[in-house]
Amino acid sequence: MDLFEYQGKQYFARYGIAVSAGGVAMTVDEAVAQAELAKYPVVIKAQVQVGGRGKAGGIKLANNADEVRLHAKNILGMDIKSHIVKRVWVEHASDIAEEYYASFTLDRSAKRHLLMLSAQGGVEIEHVAVVDPTAIVKLHVNPVEGLSLDSAKRAVVDARISEKAQDGVAAMLLKLYECFTKGDCDLAEINPLILKPTGEVHALDAKVTLDDNAAFRHPEWDEYRATEELDDREKLAREKNLQYIGLDGSVGIIANGAGLAMSTLDVVNQVGGKAANFLDIGGGANAELMTAALEVINSDTKVKSIFINIFGGITRGDEVAKGIVEAMKRVKLRAPIVIRLDGTNATEGRAIIAAAGIAESQLISRSTMLEAARTAVEIAGKK
Amino acid sequence: MAIFVNENTKVLVQGLTGGQGRFHGLRNRDYGTQVVAGVTPGKAGQDVEGIPVFDTVESAVAATGATASFIAVPPKAAPAAILEAARAGIGFVVCITEGVPAQDEARVFATLQRDFPKTRLLGPNCPGIISPGKCNIGITAGEIAALPTAKGPNVGIVSRSGTLTYQALYELKQRNIGVSTCVGIGGDPVPGTSFVDCLAEFQSDPETHAIIMIGEIGGTAEEEAAEFIMTHVTKPMSAYIAGVTAPAGKKMGHAGAIVSGGKGTAQGKMDALTSAGVKVGLNPTEACELMAQIIASM
Repeated sequence: MDLFEYQGKQYFARYGIAVSAGGVAMTVDEAVAQAELAKYPVVIKAQVQVGGRGKAGGIKLANNADEVRLHAKNILGMDIKSHIVKRVWVEHASDIAEEYYASFTLDRSAKRHLLMLSAQGGVEIEHVAVVDPTAIVKLHVNPVEGLSLDSAKRAVVDARISEKAQDGVAAMLLKLYECFTKGDCDLAEINPLILKPTGEVHALDAKVTLDDNAAFRHPEWDEYRATEELDDREKLAREKNLQYIGLDGSVGIIANGAGLAMSTLDVVNQVGGKAANFLDIGGGANAELMTAALEVINSDTKVKSIFINIFGGITRGDEVAKGIVEAMKRVKLRAPIVIRLDGTNATEGRAIIAAAGIAESQLISRSTMLEAARTAVEIAGKK
Repeated sequence: MAIFVNENTKVLVQGLTGGQGRFHGLRNRDYGTQVVAGVTPGKAGQDVEGIPVFDTVESAVAATGATASFIAVPPKAAPAAILEAARAGIGFVVCITEGVPAQDEARVFATLQRDFPKTRLLGPNCPGIISPGKCNIGITAGEIAALPTAKGPNVGIVSRSGTLTYQALYELKQRNIGVSTCVGIGGDPVPGTSFVDCLAEFQSDPETHAIIMIGEIGGTAEEEAAEFIMTHVTKPMSAYIAGVTAPAGKKMGHAGAIVSGGKGTAQGKMDALTSAGVKVGLNPTEACELMAQIIASM
């Protein structure tokens, strides 16, 4: 789960990372109230989970209530790369002497934590990596040993952080590391990490991605869940415990297993179509699950055909077939189903489908993935 | 021969008294696997259809001589279960648990590396391993796997995805191609066993003559495999990478299946494998078809 900047800052604050005083606002009046609390001058920042806010006009400085009104009015509702701004973060404007970059991620290749630190902050780190790769210090941290103050200090010196900021940045790195590990982040990034003229080190932005698998030990994440911008279909899928991702094609997809579901999207694409979604129904494709999956897909008006791709392992093909027949009684579908059923007891499963007496215009059976994809794409039309 | 497991492997099941552990543990035994013990704290002295249950892995090993562990416990308990098995001297641990936090996986991996270098972990979030006719640990339906033939040629399979592994087993069986061992390394960000680990084993396994590799988007494991193949693997290979059309920035079902910052794309992986001399199919069937051609030419 990706956090908004303000949530990231609140999360940072839990681990003692210095952030600016501020508050979130969903209306112009709320923005003014937050500005009064934070004290002028303030910065008004669009809360969207996409880069390039500043260039799009989503970050503005305001010296008084009138300016807050003007900017908040413009920013709220703004479309930034297809993300509509619903909230702004209003914080006391910081004086900046220098800007740095710091982040922790998991390096999957090294199977170690990775610190990236640079004295060149405030710009995209990918840009720095291209223009001046030596300006980024990369330090692997053994997850069992953790980050020591000595290593943090060495990284700070190696990154050529100004001497007056070195102790502050090293201390900040330890806190950020704790947030990353104890806070179960996939990514904890501060860009820019600033040095104020007064000598303090401070997080001016926050980019945090949380590991959904760790949600069971973080009840405090519930409030972040609540602000996730899911459409109705994604909400329904989540309620039903289905792994669903909406896409923009016309072939609805249901498959068992993440790999097979990804592969199904690929095959549909290969024969000239485009998938409307990714949906992994998981191991036990029973009538309940199949009904839920069909309900989710049926609510997508773009869907012109539904491709159910099931490979029976321990889940037997006859059970899956019964589930589909039962689900079709429960859900009135707007688009025909093309099914490919293979693996354990597939023959029995196909017999059940054939015996159910469902019209060919509603349920078409194909014996391979590729044939099924072709049929589904013929019905839905090419992309 | 087979890799990692064989007919002499003695398996204990951590979580045998739970729903998943019981279901799959008994299926594994029915397949012919030597399932010698179960471990559930507080349930020592009980048995599950004749399989004795112990409180700890240590006591189960002492009583039964178990050499491998099959872990089927919830995500919260999985890290401790893996380390308990390692501490008791288990050499091969299969963890099917889905949903283990990445931070826990990273810590467990680093702990195994530092304190228990003789223990190999397969998973978490993996379907397990099957050496057809010899040993099946995990959730694979044994009947879809073709037995290896004495003369060969036989194929080794290594995959990040469960269902695509079954698909490959099934397609090979339909073409009467034997399988030496099929390893599901799992779809999480920090798998205990990597493609490279499996390729090295297959390369030195006399019963394996060719290898199918099934990867997916996210991370760089396939690129590392490609580099390894160039210098260390002489056996012919075919491959398939799932997720060509997956949108960037979305986790596609598996915790590790995500394209981020332009890295981990299917195309990049396919290109790397192709340059390493691997025949890459555009779908699972095509990868198995390519393997059938390889086998026919041997």
